[in-house]
Amino acid sequence: MGAMKLSNTHTQRYLLRIADAALILSQRNSEWCGHGPILEEDLAQANMALDLLGQARALLTHAGAADGLDEDQLAMLRLEHQFLNPVLFELPHAVDGRRPGDFAFTVVRNFLTAAWFNLLWTKLLDSCDTELAAIAEKSLKEARYHLQHSADWCVRLGDGTADSQVRMQAALERAWPYLGELFEGDEVDAAAEAEKLGPSWASLQAEWRALVEPVLAQATLKLPKDRPNAHRGRHGAHSEHLGHLLSDLQYLQRAYPGGTW
Amino acid sequence: MNLVRSRRDEAWAVLQTVLDPEVPALSLVELGIVRELREDADGGFTVVLTPTYSGCPATELIETEVRTALQDFQPLRIEQRRSPAWTTDWIGPEAREKLRQYGIAPPSGTAAVTQPLRLHESIPCPRCGSAKSERLSAFGSTACKALYRCTACREPFEYFKPI
Repeated sequence: MGAMKLSNTHTQRYLLRIADAALILSQRNSEWCGHGPILEEDLAQANMALDLLGQARALLTHAGAADGLDEDQLAMLRLEHQFLNPVLFELPHAVDGRRPGDFAFTVVRNFLTAAWFNLLWTKLLDSCDTELAAIAEKSLKEARYHLQHSADWCVRLGDGTADSQVRMQAALERAWPYLGELFEGDEVDAAAEAEKLGPSWASLQAEWRALVEPVLAQATLKLPKDRPNAHRGRHGAHSEHLGHLLSDLQYLQRAYPGGTW
Repeated sequence: MNLVRSRRDEAWAVLQTVLDPEVPALSLVELGIVRELREDADGGFTVVLTPTYSGCPATELIETEVRTALQDFQPLRIEQRRSPAWTTDWIGPEAREKLRQYGIAPPSGTAAVTQPLRLHESIPCPRCGSAKSERLSAFGSTACKALYRCTACREPFEYFKPI
């Protein structure tokens, strides 16, 4: 079976970038299910992963409609280079990839990305694409809970014990170089902005900083140095980690093609 | 006085008996999941449903239960409508009281739209009525609930989050 054929229009790529960010983060965070550091966080991570999965399903359904592809085909049968999420979303929780991983990194990434999703969904409320605007309206309500929850944990652990502070700072240093990809504009963004489909991601940066910086300051975390973006997950060039993640996510459909229940 | 109920009234009466699978104290109508019931030109019916949360695993089950309940009202069509997004503001005062009697603290006030989101630190206990409780977990057994514990009777209880 060859690679799935996608029309790859600017619109489809714009939608898939957001859908895949939600899908891949959902898959990552569900790795905590049954392994959470405390029972309450086990529940929280699973619940938030479920919200992200629901958002991804709606977006994938929408993105695939033009090509006659459904959400399952897009999630389960695309190849690595056809996923368009920024690299940040696919990183394992621990540097060495061991599971379930470093909860500090989970908290930091959830906070930074929840702030980003909040701004993105807010701007998408005005999309000329009514289905995308409806998905944004629903998702924003959920993303606000995610942002509040992860911000609370950022402060608790950042401004916590000496050990938790060091781990949170290290997690922030690890995540920071990947953030540039969330605020880079390109031809896909330009087209989306011109057609009023959605904002150019570059336009989100100033508001994002205004949202996250006070929380990081309260968490006594120092802002790492900004570096030029070196990541191209949005163009299908991923880290080694995505393939491993997909081998979990897609295992059943690869082993039993077309299987349903 | 008109004693003859229309087919639509009958269908609506049936819909009011379909309980939510995860909160069986309330019907789908009381929860605001059923948005509309239309009688179509061909004599069939269209039920418009809205999902509560994007990832709610009960969405498909709810559709099946509506289909089963209304099997005598063919042809039956079911539409999912995402906008306006479901909100706990659609749960009326009577339904909130039913929730409380069932042991789930109803959403307090209206859902925040613009203010920074804050989960209340203290929610009245649905069992003993004490106003003092503590939040144990922002997320509970389902996406729509948080977990609290009453500081008076010490019983844990679920709180239906305003959204």
